[in-house]
Amino acid sequence: MPMFQPTHEVKTRIASRGIRSLGFALIVIATAHWGSAQDTPLISGGGGFFSSTNGGNTSYLPIIEPLIAAPIGPHILVESRATLLESFSPNGGGQTGYNHSHFIALTYLQGDVIVSPHLTVVAGDYLIPFNTFNDRLSPIWIGNFQDGPLISGLGIFSIGEGLGGMLRGNAIQRKKYSIDYAYFYSASTINQQFQADRGTGGRASLYLPDQRLEIGLSYDRLLQGVHENFYGAHVWWEPKDTAFRLRSEFSRGHHAQGYWVEADYRTQAFGGLDSWVGRFEPVFRMQQTFRRDTVASDGLPKVNTQRADFGLDYNLPHNTRILTSYSRQFSSTRDTNIWETGLVYRFLFPTWKGKQP
Amino acid sequence: MKFKRILGGIFLFASVSLIAVAAQQSSAPVKKNSAAKPAAHEQSEGERVFQQNCSRCHAAPEGFSPRISGTIARHMRVRASLSQHDEQALLRFLNP
Repeated sequence: MPMFQPTHEVKTRIASRGIRSLGFALIVIATAHWGSAQDTPLISGGGGFFSSTNGGNTSYLPIIEPLIAAPIGPHILVESRATLLESFSPNGGGQTGYNHSHFIALTYLQGDVIVSPHLTVVAGDYLIPFNTFNDRLSPIWIGNFQDGPLISGLGIFSIGEGLGGMLRGNAIQRKKYSIDYAYFYSASTINQQFQADRGTGGRASLYLPDQRLEIGLSYDRLLQGVHENFYGAHVWWEPKDTAFRLRSEFSRGHHAQGYWVEADYRTQAFGGLDSWVGRFEPVFRMQQTFRRDTVASDGLPKVNTQRADFGLDYNLPHNTRILTSYSRQFSSTRDTNIWETGLVYRFLFPTWKGKQP
Repeated sequence: MKFKRILGGIFLFASVSLIAVAAQQSSAPVKKNSAAKPAAHEQSEGERVFQQNCSRCHAAPEGFSPRISGTIARHMRVRASLSQHDEQALLRFLNP
């Protein structure tokens, strides 16, 4: 399941939504008054080209994910991210050749108001803060694999976005530990611009800076149709002074549950991280999903599935990465090999020249 | 059976990684953020904020205009729930 494979449901929100909402963001930015020369609005994001061979069929995915962020005064930030992609996949049914489809949509558009050192109020169309993948690891310039985890569809109300408000911040910050929280309420809307389900939930995480250990719990509840509950937990460990990272998540939904564990490492032993050896980044991810019933409404595989992903990334200079991986997926329906390669470039620059700080 | 072999590979990978981490902790220096220029106390404070918050999710960009350093720090304040003090330290680290 490619990270940015558009689902049928999501495909309905194309061009007009993205363009109109981005236009709104640009109007806000254009009318803003900037506090200082360091606060010039920025355009960031990633552009990439991915290929994936699954069961002998190769598909191609050129993609751009621009992000715009603009501070307004000392306490407000407006930010938005969009996805533009073209997917090329082989014709099925014994036919030769490829078909293609495009997808343009706004991923989120939100305003952030910093109310106090412990509270930020978020309003608009935001990423649902359930576990860590959806709102922290999904950008293409961050992920170590071009595929998201198999369980990434759990707890995010199908499309990963909520429309309404969110409270987030740092509840407690001490030298030895800190506790972050996020609570959201999303309204239901079928508006083509901002589709969302009604639901509520949140996440709380404990971070121990000395151990570089983060432990979090998530919960949310769908408040329309069948009121489904989703539970999540995550553990991240990044030992100090190393380039080793261990990340994991567990999610349990109404119809399925599963987990993933990912480890990646870069060595500093041969001239540092910027040496040609240090730029290599082996990655490994293990994941399993378990069906609780046969109602497959959550995007997870329809049968119990195990998958091991072996990746080798290379961090080129100038914010460019090569992502390669081989995955073996086991299930009762069939076992498959998945080969993936991709090139990702991260960009980050001011929207205009602005004053020199 | 195949799955057991995969599990064996996982344990091997984990063992090698942990050994490498242990060896590295005793010898290797901390990587400097190539996007930031150093300076005494604020650098160490800002670098701490960067490493404990920003780099938990992503690597440092290789370079960017000083005109957007305030915007980046504000964005990280929201995304990583930084305090105002940490935002200022991060800003000085990004744009000393």
